[in-house]
Amino acid sequence: MELKSNVPSGPLEQKWDKHKAEISLINPANKRKYNILVVGTGLAGASAAASLAELGYNVTAFCFHDSPRRAHSIAAQGGINAAKNYQNDGDSVWRLFYDTIKGGDFRAREANVYRLAQVSVNIIDQCVAQGVPFAREYGGLLSNRSFGGAQVSRTFYARGQTGQQLLLGAYSALSRQIGLGNVKMYPRTEMLDLVVVDGHAKGIITRNLVSGEIQRHVGDAVVLATGGYGNVFYLSTNAVGSNVTATYRAYKRGAAFANPCYTQIHPTCIPVSGEHQSKLTLMSESLRNDGRVWVPKKKGDNRPPDQIPEDERDYYLERKYPSYGNLAPRDISSRAAKQVCDEGRGVGPGGLGVYLDFSEVIKRLGENVVRERYGNLFDMYHEITNENPYAVPMRIYPAVHYTMGGLWVDYNLMSNIPGLFVLGEANFSDHGANRLGASALMQGLADGYFVIPYTIGDYFARNKIARPSIDAPEVKQAEADTRNQIARMLSIKGKHSVDVFHRELGRVMWEYCGMARTDASLKKALAEIPEIRARFWKEVHVTGGGEELNLALERAGRVADFLEFGELLCLDALERRESCGGHFRAEFQTEDGEAKRDDDAFCHVAAWEYQGPERKPVRNVEPLDFQFVHLATRSYK
Amino acid sequence: MRVTLKIWRQKNAAATGGFATYTKDNVVAEMSFLEMLDALNRELVEKGEEPVAFESDCREGICGTCSLVVSGIPHGPGKGAATCQLYMRRFKDGDTITVEPFRARGFPILRDLIVDRSAFDRIIQAGGFISVNTGGTPDANALPIAKEQQELAMDAAACIGCGACVAACKNASAMLFVAAKVSHLSLLPQGQPERQQRVLNMVAQMDKEGFGACTNTFECEAACPKEISVRFIARLNREYMRASWGDK
Amino acid sequence: MVWLRRTFDSTVGMKWLMGITGLFLTLFVFVHMLGNLQVYLGPDALNTYAETLQHLGELLWVARVGLFTIFVVHIVSAIRLSQLNRSARPQGYAVITPQVSRYASRTMLMGGLIVLGFVVYHLMHFTLGLVSPEQFHLQDAKGRHDVYAMVVIGFRQPLIAFSYILAMVPLMLHLQHGASSFFQSLGLNYPKYNNLFRAVGPVLSAIIFIGNCSIPLAILAGLVPYPVAGH
Repeated sequence: MELKSNVPSGPLEQKWDKHKAEISLINPANKRKYNILVVGTGLAGASAAASLAELGYNVTAFCFHDSPRRAHSIAAQGGINAAKNYQNDGDSVWRLFYDTIKGGDFRAREANVYRLAQVSVNIIDQCVAQGVPFAREYGGLLSNRSFGGAQVSRTFYARGQTGQQLLLGAYSALSRQIGLGNVKMYPRTEMLDLVVVDGHAKGIITRNLVSGEIQRHVGDAVVLATGGYGNVFYLSTNAVGSNVTATYRAYKRGAAFANPCYTQIHPTCIPVSGEHQSKLTLMSESLRNDGRVWVPKKKGDNRPPDQIPEDERDYYLERKYPSYGNLAPRDISSRAAKQVCDEGRGVGPGGLGVYLDFSEVIKRLGENVVRERYGNLFDMYHEITNENPYAVPMRIYPAVHYTMGGLWVDYNLMSNIPGLFVLGEANFSDHGANRLGASALMQGLADGYFVIPYTIGDYFARNKIARPSIDAPEVKQAEADTRNQIARMLSIKGKHSVDVFHRELGRVMWEYCGMARTDASLKKALAEIPEIRARFWKEVHVTGGGEELNLALERAGRVADFLEFGELLCLDALERRESCGGHFRAEFQTEDGEAKRDDDAFCHVAAWEYQGPERKPVRNVEPLDFQFVHLATRSYK
Repeated sequence: MRVTLKIWRQKNAAATGGFATYTKDNVVAEMSFLEMLDALNRELVEKGEEPVAFESDCREGICGTCSLVVSGIPHGPGKGAATCQLYMRRFKDGDTITVEPFRARGFPILRDLIVDRSAFDRIIQAGGFISVNTGGTPDANALPIAKEQQELAMDAAACIGCGACVAACKNASAMLFVAAKVSHLSLLPQGQPERQQRVLNMVAQMDKEGFGACTNTFECEAACPKEISVRFIARLNREYMRASWGDK
Repeated sequence: MVWLRRTFDSTVGMKWLMGITGLFLTLFVFVHMLGNLQVYLGPDALNTYAETLQHLGELLWVARVGLFTIFVVHIVSAIRLSQLNRSARPQGYAVITPQVSRYASRTMLMGGLIVLGFVVYHLMHFTLGLVSPEQFHLQDAKGRHDVYAMVVIGFRQPLIAFSYILAMVPLMLHLQHGASSFFQSLGLNYPKYNNLFRAVGPVLSAIIFIGNCSIPLAILAGLVPYPVAGH
């Protein structure tokens, strides 16, 4: 497989402008002849669908939620980065670019990341014009906060609900286009297959989640913006509905899956409370602006936190990373937490937790100021744990949060299947091996508002291929395949509910492919996953039928994909014999326990190519060519 | 602990529903209410029965998907929280809990506890936006907005569109939802050009969807997981009358 | 005339109508009570007041028509809104646990209908003289319509007195919610003034309840002198 990045030549700063000037355009009157299928309506999908419809394209959009406003982008709390330099603290496009590429442990494509930093400033303008109520100063200008992995304040926020407000902005733009008749919206509709005709992505197969009807849709291009695959770990901060199905089924139709092993473990989540747990709750990274992370210096110190004197506390992030302190990037903070817990210094039930302490800031600024900044997060914590964080330190522990890997795309965000575009968390492109806080919202909106509207036209202009008929054999075949899989799942009538297998898979993934991975643990996972998968196909009980609203059936399809995808993730982790960002191989670490990259052997993207059921996929490589930054060892000391 | 659950079961929109009673053992205080239902569903499947259909997604109170009336209260007891943020520690051993779907003509039941809230989407499509296309917008700091104004707009914008206001209202009125969006946008300078047309269109759509009117009982505010204030309904009334009698 | 349709035919418009008519009706009930309380000042004061009202001429008719219109708009809107509200929830809850609403706010229609029934009876009794015609045609020493005698003789009958007192209960509940609620319906809700707005209903309804009930009670107790026989 040839992986052509299609990065334009020339100086980094001019690549995007040059590209925009050189790509072909579609005449406004002709745009409405093109039918674009957009799957997923989170930040990336909604912004893309709205922007493309505004340009005049015929857009059909799909989401499995009951409304486009519910996509998981809504749960992002902390903020969105942009190189506005409103704070006059030395920020610039270059600095945002550099922080992001360094934060990603030098495993992202330079040109993509630079473009991301460039358009970040437009995103803020766009959102403000849509009525997003970003936080402001008393003078009426926009306020910023700082976030992990940066030494400037460039994060724009709307209380602890930034993702929600940005999504509602994109949703309102999308709603406007739906109202105008430019977008046909299919909510409660799940994509179950991709249709490829003559090598081009030309349609999808969907299931109406209310009636169970299987539908064929054809278009001139397919845009996937279906989010990440964090739920392969069962427990994650993702919404319970988030899944890998759309991207995985595209992979099975030939799209390359890049770097699946790059998963982000977020350091500040509420620890697991028991077997019944269905998901984990994130406490925004913004809390690390004011909270101090610590554990007792002594092992097994069971005293309540207020009885542990100051000099017996280990503020380990401040100690190990004095210049970034509590704001060290996520992968580093997570691993540090795991390390102290492994040493037996963890707090709370089972010793899987560290303190995030606000007593100092409460003393300094008063409870009211803290309440104003983080009130809703504190209330959420209180409700979940029954502990008052104003009085006792929060207990936090890392949890799976985001996945940097995704379908491989070129500079135009097009996958190796022409006509298949992949945006947002669903693609692999911008965050390398680790994403910095407040950058996911930025990427989702950059892709949807400011990249795809340009690049998709270029594809149309260069590929004048007629849309296939709805009855084309490839379309009918894809539908038949989908029906078969559904029928197969319904016919098993085993004895366990779908969750049981998902939880088992999650346990294997977390234990053997979580915060620290080894050759042995990954091999163990690779042995166990097929075994769980085999049992799933024998013992699962999917109740009800296919022609009705059937949650069990929806979940079964998603878990079936996770059961295959988990193996791919572990395989990628096994083959990447280095540590970088969120991928930490215990065999590859420095003396003080930091990730040790191997730039000679692994400075590349691994893009996996499907070879058929139960066959090992092929690992293709796109070398990462760093022309503008020096490959440094990441240091936050 | 053990709880008895009286749950509304209904095969589909056309079917007649009714209550089914289940006993759930091994409930622990740290479980969320939805995790308790997950566990119930696992048990039902093991017995070969159909699990209870209920919706949820983010399970952290922000997506607005979950929608249950628990013991006569939308989103259950506890202020400022969605059903997914309800924990079993609020209940005690031996409790009987009635679980019903949100009930309103505007929210037809699809199955068991799942309702169709697409009416809210149509209300937003009728005018809940600022008509700006992508690109060509002025610098974000070009237009200062007083902090108080922005905070108030944010209070309104916090709506998660869950529909608990409709569920709680004795008239199944959607005023709080509509008021929140109308207020959010009319409080900001960016929302001024379409201010009058927006409120007229959104109210017209709201009425078309068959929601009731407001009788100021303020149950909506009490049920709202984001504690959106009824003052926005007063603002909606103001905006609407001004627009009706104004020059549009 | 789209503005009229928006006012008379939308949920928000009709609520506004309920509010504005409710405001006028509340003012009327309050002033009416003040007029009634003149019974304590003796026959001359009350009859003078009554005669002044009677001799307003065209103004009286303007007031009557105005009041009637307001009343009709209030009732018609209420009925239309209630129908709408009922159809908005075809199937009710098995269990419903109100969190903040008061009994009064949930029973506005029923209370309002009872008040309407009472108003009809009250008009037949004291305005049209259909209930006890013999007391209605009394005249005082100055040859004026003897309202004082009519009231006092009427309320000396325990059945009538208690029926009036009983009727004041739904009126009080109706006003308890209504007289605060119209601020909200008219778009007045400001945290700074809300305590005031929310107090108006309960306080005003209590004043009206006490004021109006005191009259039959005082008459029954013999605290208001029996009228000198008129002719």
